[in-house]
Amino acid sequence: MPDSIVQNAPEIAIEFDQVSKSFGQRTRKHLVLNEISFTIPRGLTTVIAGGSGQGKSVTLKLILGLLYPDSGRILVDGINVPSLNKRELLKLRTRFGVLFQGSALFDSLTVFENIALPLRERTGMSEDEIRARVLATLDQLDLTGHEEKFPAQLSGGMKKRVGLARALQLEPEIVLFDEPTTGLDPVMTREIYQLFDHMQKQLGYTAVIVSHDIPGVFDIADQIILLNKGEVDVFGDVNEIVHSEKPYIREFAEMTMGDLFARPEEEKCH
Amino acid sequence: MAETTILEEESSAFIRPFVFLGDQFLYIVTDLGRMGIFLFSSLVGIFRHPFRFRELIKQLNFIGAGSLTVIFFTALSSGMVLGLQGYYSLHKFGAEGMLGSAVSLTLIMELGPILTALMVTGRAGSAMCAEIGIMRISEQIDALECMAIDPFRYLISPKFLAVLISVPLLTAVFDVVGIFGGYLAGVGLMGVNSGSFLSGMQQSVTNHDIRLGVIKSFAFALLLVWICSGRGYFVQQIRGAGFGAESVSKVTTQAVVLSSISVLIFDYLLTAVLL
Repeated sequence: MPDSIVQNAPEIAIEFDQVSKSFGQRTRKHLVLNEISFTIPRGLTTVIAGGSGQGKSVTLKLILGLLYPDSGRILVDGINVPSLNKRELLKLRTRFGVLFQGSALFDSLTVFENIALPLRERTGMSEDEIRARVLATLDQLDLTGHEEKFPAQLSGGMKKRVGLARALQLEPEIVLFDEPTTGLDPVMTREIYQLFDHMQKQLGYTAVIVSHDIPGVFDIADQIILLNKGEVDVFGDVNEIVHSEKPYIREFAEMTMGDLFARPEEEKCH
Repeated sequence: MAETTILEEESSAFIRPFVFLGDQFLYIVTDLGRMGIFLFSSLVGIFRHPFRFRELIKQLNFIGAGSLTVIFFTALSSGMVLGLQGYYSLHKFGAEGMLGSAVSLTLIMELGPILTALMVTGRAGSAMCAEIGIMRISEQIDALECMAIDPFRYLISPKFLAVLISVPLLTAVFDVVGIFGGYLAGVGLMGVNSGSFLSGMQQSVTNHDIRLGVIKSFAFALLLVWICSGRGYFVQQIRGAGFGAESVSKVTTQAVVLSSISVLIFDYLLTAVLL
């Protein structure tokens, strides 16, 4: 990310202002987000957590303009995403990197071609420059030697790393992660989180992670947003969730963080 | 999460059928609208820079060259059947000399464009629909959009162009092989005079007939690639298709059926208008 962008940019990268979203036909509507408002700070990692069907992935798709809200504003650096036309939306998306739940790698392309795709399509770089850049990224993410493999030949963890490599090629200002550890074993999950944390601190992008992997994902969170039944609550860290007085938050914490919740008070603080 | 069921809670038994009909009507209008925008975006994507020449060659190889065998055998058998049936009918009136004319006109104006379109729909259209559908449900198309890569220019338009080039050429191959099949059956098996078969064909086939066949093959190509790729692209928005792999299989079947029926209906309409 160029330094000038960081220096001149506001502290808030993304803002949801009274956003509602429902699905289904007029005769059978399903309200997923109910006038929710929150902000995502620049250069930090924000985790959006909640149970299944609470609108976590919908939130990401709204940020990207892949879905439109029924009402409300979604501001990225002050630009209202739903008001953009197709061309402006494509331009805005060049500032995002996205790691999808299933990695969304192109089945018919090799690992190298997958990572090179955004460079070939979106930049004027020569093939030699692209090759050098992709090989450096592969080395950085411990994927050297796998460049000629197809996605079907990779393990779940490797697919995530290839997905991350592809998402980072255009040096995005904001990287969105949609359930990045789904289908991974606990050891691989921890490794992937460490990798995310390392890359975020190294490159300084704004990370937004949608996950139901609780409390594991909270280890790398600078801010936690909890979605529950269309409502939203924002917390600084996991201790704020544990000490919340709201009944549904306490219920959520007991259900998802039973071990953490049962610890003596002094241990929770560490 | 609030769930409202207007149909069940608010509608009386009298209003319910109208709500259902209105709902279906809105769905059809919405579907037609998005398919119209899809067609426009796909055609515009053909002219967008940078043009994906390698992808076009790959698609031409799959859709065009890959369909040659099935087109060859379909054309040969259709032509031979036409030759035999034509001979049987014309022989009753002592008009075997008209066999060349009957076989060639039937193939050039009707059977060539129709059977080529149906064969390409079954072979390449279904594959196209399934491929795009799988890319949609596995978020690969979303990934393209998120990388600010226009999915039409990158993915759909090369298929459109390849089908628009391949189908008329395959139709030409079908016509030639079909006429050869008719010649084999009529002249080789049934003993029709070779000279009268060929001269009958030369005298009766006009530029207008060939133009009609070419127009039909272009129209059918556009129909089949539009419906097959469009259904795959909107796999998640099609009512009653279900989810995941099931939705792709159902929508692929639906796309093949819909495009085959559309080809047959448009054949009648084009013949009525252009003949």
